[in-house]
Amino acid sequence: MKVIIMGCGRVGAQMAALLDQEGHSVTALDTDAYSFRRLPPDFKGEALLGDGLDEDVLRRAGIEEADAFVAVTQEDNRNVMAAQIAQKIFNVKKVVCRIYDPMRRDLYSVLGLEAISPTIVLAEMLKEKLES
Amino acid sequence: MYIIVVGGGRLGYSLTKALLSEGHETLLIDKNAEVCEKINKELGSICLRGDACETAIQAEAGTGRADLLIATTGEDEDNLVACQVAKYRFNVPRTIARVRVPRNEQIFKQLGVDVTVNSTNIILERIEHEVPSHPLTHLFCLTGDNREMEILEIRAASGSAAIDKSLNDLQLPNKAVLGLVIRNGEKPFVPRGDTVFKPGDQVIAVAPTDAEEELRKLFSGK
Repeated sequence: MKVIIMGCGRVGAQMAALLDQEGHSVTALDTDAYSFRRLPPDFKGEALLGDGLDEDVLRRAGIEEADAFVAVTQEDNRNVMAAQIAQKIFNVKKVVCRIYDPMRRDLYSVLGLEAISPTIVLAEMLKEKLES
Repeated sequence: MYIIVVGGGRLGYSLTKALLSEGHETLLIDKNAEVCEKINKELGSICLRGDACETAIQAEAGTGRADLLIATTGEDEDNLVACQVAKYRFNVPRTIARVRVPRNEQIFKQLGVDVTVNSTNIILERIEHEVPSHPLTHLFCLTGDNREMEILEIRAASGSAAIDKSLNDLQLPNKAVLGLVIRNGEKPFVPRGDTVFKPGDQVIAVAPTDAEEELRKLFSGK
């Protein structure tokens, strides 16, 4: 599977490493080359400097052949916009993004975007811990 | 009409002021407390502090009864999301977004924003217009879904195919109309069949977007 990960922060880099270890073809995309230090030394995928909202950059990252696109930058709106470009314009089959704001996540779920809110997930996990 | 403006920068502020003076009920949303305070002091209590991309803030703003939302921040993605929240969550009939990166215009349309205003292209067109050697200027692109026609200004270059020919003899592209000629900066006139084009003529044309290249060739010879 060819996967593009936009945002090479802690989550993005961790995910890139996991997928890479499993033998998938991974492209990590970030606007700051310094972020790529988080990739493990044995990372076999590609680290590409560029803005995931830019169609040319996405093409260079191979979005036309990509099976999946993941948007995990720090900003909800960037993730939402990039995910929609991948889904609606490049017709990538599997698109997932992170949206911190729970209410914004609900809206985009309604619009057909697969979104995960770490805020909701963590709040629920903490609550479970309290109750156990 | 109830209009919500997102972003209290120079554009949002001036727009809000203009809309208020036209008698519209207008609300401005901005994240920055200082900006809000300043605007509330100057224009009256019309600024709501908060992130307009959040559903909760738009609910508080009464977006459900808004006729129009205009997103004017400097960040394209923020403008997109503000418009989408308004459109898909609160069913605002019309959303307008400022776009800075020209290619985002098409993307925004595909993602549901009704109207895009591309500040970069507008400035570019104005500058093109002021550069004397520029052969072709886009004066006006029709907005909405009828984007296939545009109004152009073309400068007739010496040596080009159109020079010393009358309008009747020109092979104009299909559906293109030459509506006005400005010669030596004098009073503009409507060209007739026997009008002969001269170097330096500024020609205003209404034409389909895809006829642009043909018109350019005819008048600039390049």
